[in-house]
Amino acid sequence: MHPVLSTVLQRLGLGLATLLAVSVIIFISIELLPGDFGQIVLGQAATKETVAAFRLELGLDKPPYIRYFDWVAGVVRGDLGQSFSGRAASGQDRSREVAELIGPRLKNTLFLAGITALISVPLALILGISTALYRNSIYDRSINATTLTTISFPEFFVAYILILFLSSLNQWLPSLANVDAATPLDERLLRIALPVLTLTLVIIAHMMRMTRAAIINLLASPYIQMAQLSGASRTEVIIKHALPNAWAPIATVIAFNLAYLVVGVVVVEVVFVYPGIGQLMVDAVTTRDIPVVQGCALIFAVTYILLNLSADIIGIITNPRLLHPK
Amino acid sequence: MNKSSERGDLLLDVKGLKIQGFSDEKWHDIIKGIDLKLHRGEIMGLIGESGAGKSTLGLAAMGYTQPGCRITEGNILFDGADLAGLSDVQKKKFWGNRMTYVAQSAAASFNPAHRLILQTTASTIRSGAKSKDQAYSDAMDLYKELNLPDPQNIGDRYPHQVSGGQLQRVMTAMAMSPRPDLIVFDEPTTALDVTTQVEVLSAMRKIVEKFNTAAIYITHDLAVVAQMADYIKVLRYGKEVEEAPTRKMLSSPKEEYTKSLWSVRSLEKQEQQKGESVLSLKSIDAAYGSAKVLFDVNIEVAKGTTVAVVGESGSGKSTTARVITGLLPQSSGIISFDGEELPKALKDRTKEQKRRIQMIYQMADTAMNPRQTVGEIIGRPLQFYLDMNGAEKRKRTLELLEMIELNGDFMQRLPSELSGGQKQRICIARALAANPDFIICDEVTSALDQIVQEGILKLLLRLQKDLGLTYLFITHDISTVKAISDQVVVMNQGSVVEQGQKTDVFQPPHPAYTELLLSSVPEMDPDWLTNLNAARQVD
Repeated sequence: MHPVLSTVLQRLGLGLATLLAVSVIIFISIELLPGDFGQIVLGQAATKETVAAFRLELGLDKPPYIRYFDWVAGVVRGDLGQSFSGRAASGQDRSREVAELIGPRLKNTLFLAGITALISVPLALILGISTALYRNSIYDRSINATTLTTISFPEFFVAYILILFLSSLNQWLPSLANVDAATPLDERLLRIALPVLTLTLVIIAHMMRMTRAAIINLLASPYIQMAQLSGASRTEVIIKHALPNAWAPIATVIAFNLAYLVVGVVVVEVVFVYPGIGQLMVDAVTTRDIPVVQGCALIFAVTYILLNLSADIIGIITNPRLLHPK
Repeated sequence: MNKSSERGDLLLDVKGLKIQGFSDEKWHDIIKGIDLKLHRGEIMGLIGESGAGKSTLGLAAMGYTQPGCRITEGNILFDGADLAGLSDVQKKKFWGNRMTYVAQSAAASFNPAHRLILQTTASTIRSGAKSKDQAYSDAMDLYKELNLPDPQNIGDRYPHQVSGGQLQRVMTAMAMSPRPDLIVFDEPTTALDVTTQVEVLSAMRKIVEKFNTAAIYITHDLAVVAQMADYIKVLRYGKEVEEAPTRKMLSSPKEEYTKSLWSVRSLEKQEQQKGESVLSLKSIDAAYGSAKVLFDVNIEVAKGTTVAVVGESGSGKSTTARVITGLLPQSSGIISFDGEELPKALKDRTKEQKRRIQMIYQMADTAMNPRQTVGEIIGRPLQFYLDMNGAEKRKRTLELLEMIELNGDFMQRLPSELSGGQKQRICIARALAANPDFIICDEVTSALDQIVQEGILKLLLRLQKDLGLTYLFITHDISTVKAISDQVVVMNQGSVVEQGQKTDVFQPPHPAYTELLLSSVPEMDPDWLTNLNAARQVD
């Protein structure tokens, strides 16, 4: 077997093990949430007996490890469980499947993240490479200062400033991004324009600065001096000689920022009223809807693991020592 | 090789060159007014110790200055054009085209991401001198000319897939590919083993002669430059000491400094006869994980003598040191020290056993904590092994500093404030602080200039005499072996090839490997390489 393939399989196995560990942590931290779901739903007035009956119905009376294994067994079968909300003391069950709740929200989140990535990653790479090429020039300094400024402000602030200028003072873009399944694609793109712009401004600095730093770091290598002494132009030195050796750190930072786009954008969702997975999870935490919280957390974990795995793979295939062993 | 009778056209004319470098917030003079004339087809050897400015001068001959350096005065006339006055873009028309560069570390100077043939031919193709096909087939011819194995296909490999000696020859092919007028060789064989060095030197000389290319050959090794150069220029502190045709320079150097460089190699210890054994290794096998690295090693070290362990990289000499110190427990075999068997692992040894065996390392730089003062570095073993504290510790530290020919002013200094030779002296003092009987010296002079090396070797010899120390001296350098040893152990690929008294080992007949090793050590005779290649051809 090619060593790259075996490394990838090994990493995949490691990712699964991490996921299992994360599932335990998720479960325990939810156990540690203060308050009791039954008490919260039924209100302070509910008698002890009613609460106990309600807990029995939801299976909350079982010991935690049994509930954990039930949950994991369900997840393995593709069943994230039933949401707790929608049940009431009356005994009527109008609760929904967790997957059904999360599904459309996840799609929205991935759509927003995907469009943002499509714009910000190439832009960050171009800016990173060009600032490395013209380092210490006015261009380099102004790009660095600008991106540092945008990353330094809290994202809600950036969002409100953008709304103020692009939506309030000039009615160019909609300030609300409330899409649903029926919204056509062009309308959808227009509505998410501001959230995309906000997120791009927030994540671009990190990726661009890493690209710049990774390239400049390599410029001190003897093989760069060698390339210069064999007559290579500045652009050739950066693109042909430095960049191919800089992918591993760049990919890691890109993966980190893409993961943030999936798991960390709840504030932006709230500002623009965008129905993403972040809002769903926050709501679920407030209502103690444990299965939904667990489902969201698990999806976040999978996102992190998959993206980091891809960064690792890029690191491997761009390293000739690993790709072409002796 | 002496062509002084019929010199070609003047190719390179460096006049009154001054270069400054920026460090510690100030500009310092690195090159302080040097002239250099090179005619077509000639090879100029630049020689000097580290800091002499020889690499800076070699690069400046191409009009290149390292980042942080600047040319302040002088002209670099290359075939009529003054490189000192040209912009980078203009100079790049010369680089990789009419002048090329061969760097010291081929492993670091090839881009790890590209195949060798691509890098060999890049500048030739860029300049439009040859089409891609022509350049590739020419590169294969050059590989063949340089005796590289499988010249048709070796270019498809990546740098990490070939050996250091092969890589250095590929770099020579790369330098030759555009058929330049001038090649600058910057210490191209310094990082290679001697047996590899011979092959690389022969290949480089052959190809430079074949295309009648002018070259600047930078090195600190006199014997190497004697094989390569028509003229030798000696540099010191950024100034020229003297310049002369090679033979003349070797037979009758004028300046004191040059003579001192020449004399270092003549140091030779009076051999001591073998006495009572203090350390013995019996049938030692050792492995890193599943890779076996030592095979049935037997070594006896007599009290008060020096045993030199000599071999090339990968021969197992440093591993032997690690086994003796307990850092790498042997997989089988017995080590006895002063009559008692030593436990295999360091953690099982008593403090007393540890105290009696000390070690000095090759890189004094990395063997000291950069945040500790000299006083703390030397004081630590005094406290740990001998329970010394306060005034007693201070007094002993001062004594130790005197022993290594330094004074009390050094107590408060940090390693970064010391020169290379001083650092190694502090490491020696640290080893001595434990009052050891036995010191392992692992390539302790390899990273130092020749004159500094001589000082350290003399110090070690004097300490041995005064304190009755026993040394195990690991080195790859034969002249160091001659200078310091009583007995010699020759190692190759994890096994002892030969051992015995120094005079016996250096006396023919030799086992095949010892013969190869000894005959590969360059000598100060300019005909040495020619004669050696002729002799090996006959075999």
